[in-house]
Amino acid sequence: MREVDLAVVGAGPAGLTAAIEGAKRGCRTVVLDMNPRPGGQLIKQIHRFFGSREHRAGTRGIEIADSLFHEAASAGVEVMVEAEVYAIHDSTLEVVAQTNEDSLVLLSEEATTSRSRPLSIAARRIILATGGAENALNFAGWTLPGVMGAGAAQTMINLWRVLPGKKILMVGAGNVGLIISYQLIQAGGEMVAVIEATSRIGGYGVHAAKISRAGVPILTSHTIISASGESRVERAVIAKVDASWRIVSGSEQELEVDTICIAVGLHPNARLASLAECELCYSPSLGGWVPIHNSRMETTISGIYIAGDLSGVEEASTALEEGRLAGICAAASLGKERAGDYDDIKAIEGRLLGLRSGPFCQHRQDAKQELIGIGEAQCPKQ
Amino acid sequence: MSQAIESPSYPSQQELRNAPGYPSQKRLEKGPVVVIECIEEIPCNPCEQACPQHAITIGEPITNCPHLDEDKCIGCELCVSQCPGLAIFLIDLTHSQGSASVAFPHEYLPLPGKGQTVRAVNRAGEPICSATVVRVQNPKTNGQTPVVTVAVPRKYATEVRGILRPGR
Amino acid sequence: MRVVHHPILGDLPKVRQVKIWVDGKEITAHKGEPIAAAIAAAGIKIHRYTTKREEPRGVFCGIGQCTDCVMIVNGVPNVRTCITPVTEGITVETQHGAGRGGR
Ligand SMILES: Cc1cc2nc3c(=O)[nH]c(=O)nc-3n(C[C@H](O)[C@H](O)[C@H](O)COP(=O)(O)OP(=O)(O)OC[C@H]3O[C@@H](n4cnc5c(N)ncnc54)[C@H](O)[C@@H]3O)c2cc1C
Ligand code: SF4
Ligand code: SF4
Ligand code: FES
Repeated sequence: MREVDLAVVGAGPAGLTAAIEGAKRGCRTVVLDMNPRPGGQLIKQIHRFFGSREHRAGTRGIEIADSLFHEAASAGVEVMVEAEVYAIHDSTLEVVAQTNEDSLVLLSEEATTSRSRPLSIAARRIILATGGAENALNFAGWTLPGVMGAGAAQTMINLWRVLPGKKILMVGAGNVGLIISYQLIQAGGEMVAVIEATSRIGGYGVHAAKISRAGVPILTSHTIISASGESRVERAVIAKVDASWRIVSGSEQELEVDTICIAVGLHPNARLASLAECELCYSPSLGGWVPIHNSRMETTISGIYIAGDLSGVEEASTALEEGRLAGICAAASLGKERAGDYDDIKAIEGRLLGLRSGPFCQHRQDAKQELIGIGEAQCPKQ
Repeated sequence: MSQAIESPSYPSQQELRNAPGYPSQKRLEKGPVVVIECIEEIPCNPCEQACPQHAITIGEPITNCPHLDEDKCIGCELCVSQCPGLAIFLIDLTHSQGSASVAFPHEYLPLPGKGQTVRAVNRAGEPICSATVVRVQNPKTNGQTPVVTVAVPRKYATEVRGILRPGR
Repeated sequence: MRVVHHPILGDLPKVRQVKIWVDGKEITAHKGEPIAAAIAAAGIKIHRYTTKREEPRGVFCGIGQCTDCVMIVNGVPNVRTCITPVTEGITVETQHGAGRGGR
């Protein structure tokens, strides 16, 4: 069995920064990701990121993914791709992974799935950074081919370079719905409309303005009633909703579309965390059920840490900071401290506080505070 | 689609003029200057570092709205391609007699050519006037965000924010 | 439809092409891309029909989580086509129900 000091699940921004901090402190560190390319959500984000320059804002997500990966590799982190972790046995902190290569797989190498084999890794500390997963939405015809998660459409256009349809309806005007609509236009698709059930656009105004001046109507207080067509989406019926979410009769309109993308939010991808028996708690502001953690990012299971969207759906900038925090704390618990760790932690906490301020983000700060409060009481003491 | 837009998907003239990123009429009359159409408190600040003249300030916390020091702005256009919100425009009311120029980020293909006549659109994406392409800038430092400058009749300078893409 | 030109990503790089067979029809795919991408590029949207009600299904999550996109690949049913890369000469069939016999 392979033995490492630190095993990180998920090679998104949180997982990679956690691994970098761990490796810098002398931990033998491995990162496992089920995707063929490291970077998590970043590998399909072709827009310039929000956040501060410190978090590489202004840089496109794909470039951040590449540079994080190279930073990890040069810090001595081993990154395994196409390695899905499907179980964690708590007491021995054993990671069971399935992978086709048990050695470092570089970005440029092609993926094959022909030689999958089970692999066990014994890790002294585990950091889960499994990110978020898209929420589904039920309506008549939602299972028809042509209805898909907005993230699936984004993967298709930006990774695979295939446009899933010509005339597209986006359901949801949060940042994800707005950004992916913009990217669908860039890929050559026609956005027929973006609809949003609440009375206001949830995402940033600047993203909405971008697609508005591209000629895309954003209809708030509108919901989807049905998708229909012969074996695939050919049309959608949308309608207005009133303040109490009732459909305004007579407001129905039919749109000729061949693709319907669903962007109604993400939830923490806590499957593995619950398999590892980490206790969860429900937090609407953080996207749903999140593993409870303390200020050191440690869960209710001693030795298992979390970071990024798994610990509350937020942003890459917060994921980078939380990853660092988890990496530093996990290394410290193995006695691998570095002079200056204390100051680093304080600085990270300060930046997180800044990122979680303002009308869009303050509610997350409050929710995080509450979660950490529960964590301080329930998680193992150092 | 014929349906009127329910709630505006873009800020109104009034909201923009009240924001700290909008230059005064007096400054606009003087020559090239940016208008920053970013009026919400979002966690973002690349514009601050993008300006070599230090004309844009966000400070702490990062959710502050960008503040434009209009007298420091020399209209160099460097910040336009660096804003992830694509929310910075460069306006020159003194472009020529009767016409103004508007520069905006344009991340679509095909790029228009210099001298080409195009339809200019407003913030709602509606074509409002004809425009002539003055410049298309896309140096490496723009990082794949080309900046297109068009000349439009002066009265449309505060409305024009893009051009109609072919096929629309 | 392939996205050949792209303002940010540039032109589609030249990659090795492979032939795959989808329900008896030859399709040109790009080496390394998932089966789902290759058949979407060829305009195919239906991957399978459900067991009881024979309802069509296509790609939904695109990241191997929902199993809506499963097809029969080289005779093996229930292959998640969104995360399974194409290889030269593979046969891909629309799956009916559990995909074992009685099609
Ligand atoms: C459309 C869109 C636009 C965005 N724009 C911005 C932006 O402008 N600015 C910003 O700051 N943020 C933005 N974000 C948010 C940002 O992408 C995420 O917050 C960030 O990627 C979260 O990082 P993470 O490391 O927690 O998770 P992820 O990036 O989601 O990575 C999780 C990784 O874990 C892997 N994984 C999961 N389960 C397993 C398992 N069992 N075994 C192995 N591997 C597993 C996954 O394959 C994935 O690679 C955007 C998100 C979206 C969807
Ligand atoms: S145009 Fe130049 S001087 Fe003016 S704000 Fe932008 S970068 Fe600064
Ligand atoms: S970079 Fe653009 S979106 Fe970000 S704060 Fe500055 S003006 Fe606003
Ligand atoms: S589309 Fe969900 S598993 Fe393939």
